[in-house]
Amino acid sequence: MIKTDALIIGAGPTGLFTAHQLKLIGLSCEVVDNLDKIGGQCIELYPDKPIYDIPAVPECTGEELTNNLINQLKPFDIKFHLNERVEEVKKENNVWLVKTNKGTAFSTPNVIIAGGVGSFEPRKFSPKECEKFEDKSLFYSVKDKNIFKKKVVSIFGGGDSALDWAVELSKDCNVNLIHRRDEFRGAQATIDKVHSLVKAGKINLFTKYQLATVTGDQQIESIDIKHDSNEVKSLKTDYVLGFFGLIMQLGPIANWGLNIDKKTIEVDTEKFETNQKGIYAVGDICNYPGKLKLILSGFHEGALAARACFKLARPNEKYRFEFTTSSKTIKERLGVKSD
Amino acid sequence: MFYILALFFFTPIYNPMAKITYITHDNQKHIIEVQNGLTVMEGAVQNDIPGIDADCGGGMACATCHVYVKEDWFNKLPKKEDGEEDMLDMAFEPKTNSRLSCQIIVSDEIDGLEVSIPSKQA
Repeated sequence: MIKTDALIIGAGPTGLFTAHQLKLIGLSCEVVDNLDKIGGQCIELYPDKPIYDIPAVPECTGEELTNNLINQLKPFDIKFHLNERVEEVKKENNVWLVKTNKGTAFSTPNVIIAGGVGSFEPRKFSPKECEKFEDKSLFYSVKDKNIFKKKVVSIFGGGDSALDWAVELSKDCNVNLIHRRDEFRGAQATIDKVHSLVKAGKINLFTKYQLATVTGDQQIESIDIKHDSNEVKSLKTDYVLGFFGLIMQLGPIANWGLNIDKKTIEVDTEKFETNQKGIYAVGDICNYPGKLKLILSGFHEGALAARACFKLARPNEKYRFEFTTSSKTIKERLGVKSD
Repeated sequence: MFYILALFFFTPIYNPMAKITYITHDNQKHIIEVQNGLTVMEGAVQNDIPGIDADCGGGMACATCHVYVKEDWFNKLPKKEDGEEDMLDMAFEPKTNSRLSCQIIVSDEIDGLEVSIPSKQA
């Protein structure tokens, strides 16, 4: 059981700056995120897109913003738990007990939800029967490529993941690559490679086709794919891989007894506290009159929630507001010399 | 003088709107007057039309405001940018008449547009 003054759910820009604010006022914190990297939507959805409305930063990309926020956290020692999703939050003797899907457990007086629109999950195939084969012979990511050796693998998608795996698996599997249109959206070099492998007969390419049905008992035996013209083709296949990117799902947050409306959590604007004492929501996931879904709003909300955490984490101390320009204590925390 | 003032008071402020028809998956028709300049996505979200999630808020980054445009309207709309087609690869059950509603800007030219909302966004 990890004890901490505050647990932040979500490592996007708001979560990162909230961590900064907590450490600045002398509280400990840990961060959990379901993605395999830090940055949230900024890194997953728009790493290369320029952002123009961060105060005092005329232009930066999602990736640059994330890197700057990580740099700002350098003076502090903060543990990140990536690839983990918070499943359970419950109260026991005035502290919150939080558990992740990997079994990590936290005990903390403060939980700050900075979860954006929820956690990122792979987008799935639409035919219902796909679920039955999931993680057996149908996958949305590759954990062990050796299971595909000498088998027929049907790969769906038109982005880098689909193309990279088609190229990689074509070395010792029989690969079908199926995509809904003629154009691909991967790196040009990979697209060229795929086309040359198609020419060489190493990859069977089907464009303007989508998955229609999957048949099989325990394991997949064949799939039907449907052309834009409604023509249906049946393909014998051992494995199916789908690469349609990630989508955000509110997930378990919905079960923690919070006031949720339209996928957002209602908070007050003094502490950004939810209807549960000691649980706060900041950034895109919180809602209050006048809420703006801007990164800068998330920074403000995190700063206030962090101050609210102080009261519950240090009930016998009084929080004193200080500026980073003049406070000796803060400068010590930052590891910079005071004049 | 009175007449001029009266004219001034009774002339409605010109607020250009276009009628957009949203057909939800249960076949309900919602005809909404949407202000020119907003997107078809915003028109749906502001009027609580179910089935448009718009997770990324209109950034062409999530494909959860996916709609099917009625065939005769599809070619009348301004063409898709490359990025939109890329995102549609990830949409739930995309078809040839699929669009992201955050990329369709409401104007007089699209007054009367009909879009159908898929059974789900993901």
